[in-house]
This record gives sequence, structure tokens and C-alpha cells, in this order.
Amino acid sequence: MNRRAVLEIEHLKKYYGDVRAVDDVSFKVAEGEIFGFVGPNGAGKTTTIECAEGLRRPDSGRVRMLGLDPRADGRRLKERLGIQLQETSLPQRMKVGEALALFASFYPKSVDRPTLLKQMGLEDKEGAYFDKLSGGQKQRLFIALAMINDPELIVLDELTTGLDPQSRRSMWDLVRGVRDRGRTVVLTTHFMEEAERLCDRVAIIDGGRLRALDTPSNLIRAHSAENRVIFSAEAGFDPGRMRTLPRVSRVERDGERIIAYGSDPKMVVEVVNYLGANDVPFRDLRTEQASLEDVFLALTGHEMRD
Amino acid sequence: MTTLRGLGQLTRMEIKLYFREFFAVFFNLGFPLIMLFLFGSIYGNTPNPFFGGYGSVDVLTPAYLAMLIGTSGLLTMTISVSTYRELGVLRRYKATPLSPQTLLFAQLLAVFLMLVLGVVLLLVCAKLIFHLRFNGSALSVTGAFLLSSLSFFSLGFVLAGLMPSARSAQAAAMIIYFPMLFLSGAAIPREVLPAAVRRVAQVLPMTHVVNLLRGLWIGEPWGRHLTEVLVLAAVAAVGLIVAVKTFRWE
Repeated sequence: MNRRAVLEIEHLKKYYGDVRAVDDVSFKVAEGEIFGFVGPNGAGKTTTIECAEGLRRPDSGRVRMLGLDPRADGRRLKERLGIQLQETSLPQRMKVGEALALFASFYPKSVDRPTLLKQMGLEDKEGAYFDKLSGGQKQRLFIALAMINDPELIVLDELTTGLDPQSRRSMWDLVRGVRDRGRTVVLTTHFMEEAERLCDRVAIIDGGRLRALDTPSNLIRAHSAENRVIFSAEAGFDPGRMRTLPRVSRVERDGERIIAYGSDPKMVVEVVNYLGANDVPFRDLRTEQASLEDVFLALTGHEMRD
Repeated sequence: MTTLRGLGQLTRMEIKLYFREFFAVFFNLGFPLIMLFLFGSIYGNTPNPFFGGYGSVDVLTPAYLAMLIGTSGLLTMTISVSTYRELGVLRRYKATPLSPQTLLFAQLLAVFLMLVLGVVLLLVCAKLIFHLRFNGSALSVTGAFLLSSLSFFSLGFVLAGLMPSARSAQAAAMIIYFPMLFLSGAAIPREVLPAAVRRVAQVLPMTHVVNLLRGLWIGEPWGRHLTEVLVLAAVAAVGLIVAVKTFRWE
């Protein structure tokens, strides 16, 4: 990772009374990457990034964003930063087009507003009042506001919460587009699938502590998360013989349900071939790929709630 | 440059939003006018010994200025700041390069400009329709108007700061505002209030606004209104300190 660091956090701590919201977190974000913060609600994701943005005062630790100290150079930093917050709103009677024009006036430079509206799929909502927008439309408006100043670094807190699957995918394309133009994206999410498919690197955070930080594929490999083939077979079937297959690491049986594990994705082919070659009558066969969900479970000993 | 442009745009936006709120427009601009037309058409504005030789409109107009100040400072300011805080609007603005001072000043400026509009409407109607008399100095009355506005705007921020939610801030503002409106002589002339009520009303800041503006309106010297000036200056000073101490962004 030789590129310039656009965000550096060292030993960040933030306590609320006895609650260690952020407990000694350090990491760097490189220019041009999509960096994801993953963890359940209350893990400390929002507190960490709000300390980075200068919206919260850390109890201790050092933060540098775009080379600036967010508490001392807040204004200069915010001119180059795009921020989408959780739990925010606009005045109920403000129109979409008015909000964009207003926020554009706060920055030295701004992007072309009709283009931005179109990118966000809000072109026919320009004259709509904020309180008449759907949840997804509000979310897209807030992302548009975060991009109004053509920021070098854009920070998106729970970017796709409240969006339907289709809008979620188009949001991912949009975020990739931002990165492909050389900008950096820092996002938080509690959707593991989103982190896995969208982020170049992922930081897993739980209970205020950073548990792991790497690319999604490295994380999955390092924590030897396994692929699974799950199917049902008659009681007479003996799954023990499947253990001899080279890519199958273990087999579990729970009544009729049989689960075969293996870290090599080709184990799926082996298992299916085995069932075919031996004329095993099976039902409800499906496969589950190793995912960040498994990594999270391996790291924290509990599943993502929600 | 961006600060000034941001301030201008935000103030303009706030004024636009204000005109989209029926109740804000009604209470701030409409209500004093309705009162003026009501009392003016019943009692006219002929000089009357009951009002020290002035007409009812001459006496009521400066009192309605006090009403306008109270509505803007206590109701509009309190409700808009506490609602913006609760909804997270303040948070969103704070994530922009706009300085916190600029943001708050824009809110204040917008409400103040609406107050000035209310004053102009009231004075124009009173003059054109009821031939309002004015024997004071425009400078003195403007000064008293600014001092009174300062105390009531800071009270608005205090309420918004002390109350935990937008709903409770709104309730507190109403509970304080409405009795004060009727006891202070801002809505009904103090001459018709019983002596006991008038004595009790001395503790209300709005009473001092009414007395100061009514006095200066008919040309009385500042010297006769030192108590009012002191009370209002003290309210403004304490209010500002408490407002700064209790202000929260979220």
C-alpha cells in the first residue's frame, strides 16, 4: 500500500461514561480505495468516523484526514470532504433542488447539479418537498449532498440502509464510479455482503475494537472460512465415506440434513460428482460460499445481530 | 466569501421556509394585524383621557410591537432551533464548512427580518387606516426595539437549550408566552387590567417591553424608563450566558 494515506487514525479512544465506544483503534486509509467499516449496530463505527470528521471530540488518539487535524482545521477539511450522516434530516418544507443549491453555496466549488440529480435518480424530484420523499429518496438526496462539492474523500455512514435491493446495487455502482475517478470512499455498513462485494479493504469492528483489517478475500482465507454444500438424504445414507474426498474437510449430519465443508470452492463439484456417481438420492441441495459473515463469527464468537 | 454567500443563502432559504408554514405566518404577521383591526374598528383612534389623551391605536400599536417581539423570540426562535436540533438538521449543516456561528446567526437573522416585516406591516396599517400618532424619536424607539429583541431572542435560545425535546420546548414556550402576552399589556391595554394583576405582571419581561415602547412612543425620556432598560439588559445578559452554556447541537 504505497499510495498516500488520506485518513490516519492512531490509538483513537472515545468513552461514553463506562461504555468504551471506541477502544484504541488505529488504521490508515489509502487514496483511491473503498474502505469499509463493518460491524453490528453499536460497534463503534459511527463514533470512529465522526471523530475522524471532527464532529465528535475523541478522548485520546490522533486523527489526520487529508493531512489535516479535523478539530483545528475543520473548515478547510470540510471543504474537501463529503459527509453523509446517519440520523439527520433537512427542514421538512425544503425542496430537493433548493437543498442542493443551498449546500452548493457553502463550498468554494460545486458539481453540476442537474447531472448529480440524474446520477442519483432524483431528476423528477427537483421540486419535491423533503418530507414528501420516500426513505430511499431521502437517502439518495443525502448522498447527493455529500457529493455536491466534488470531494476528495467521501464518508458514507450506512449508505444503503433503507434502500431496496435494486437501489442498493445502483448505489454500489455509483460508489465504484467515485473510486474510479480517483476519489477515496470510507463507508460503514452492517451488511456483510455489501462490504464483501463493494470494499477494497474491510475493517471489522466489534465492541469498540478493531478485530481485523484486510481485503475481503484475504480475510476469508486467513480465517479459513469454509464453503458448504448442504443437502438432505435418506436415513440410510452414510456420509462418512464423503470424508475421503480430497477437498472435503469434514461432514456433519443432523437428521436428514448433511453439511460438507471445504475451503476450496471446487469441493462443491466433488461432492455433487460423488452424489451422482454413487446414485445417492438427495433433495434440497444448496451451496453456501465462505463469506465475511463467517469471518465475523470466527473473530468475535457471535453472529452479526439485527 | 463563501461565509457571506452561505449566510445569505441560508437566511434567504429560512425566510422562504417560513412562508411555507401557515402557523408561523399567521402568528407572526397576521395575529397583531387582526388585533389592530379588531380594536381599531371598535374603539377608533380618537384621543381619550383613559389613555392619557391618546387614541387606543396609539397605545396599542407599541404594545403590539412587544407582542411581535415575544412571538418571534419565544415562539419562532425556540421552536425552530429545538426542532432543527431534534431532526438532525443542525448536525447536517455542521458537517459543511459553514461555521457554527454563521449557521446560528442565519437562523436568528431570518427570524429577525420576519419580525421587522411584521413591524412594518403593523405600522403601515395603523398609520394608513387609523392615523396612528407618533411623538417620540424614531432612533430611541428603534434602540428600545433592538434591546427588547435581544432579550427575547436570547430567552428563545435558553428555552431551546434547557428543554430536552422539541415538544417540551414548544410546550414551555407556549406556557410562558401566552399568559405573559395577556398580563403584560401587550395584547390588551394595561389600563383595563386590575391593579393587582398589573403589580404581579411587573415580574414579566414583556411588561417592561410594553412600558418602555409605549413610553418612548409618546416622547417620554429614557430617564423615566431606567427600570425597564435595566431589567431587559439583565435578561439579555443572563439569557445569552445561559444560552451559550446550554446550547446543544444534537
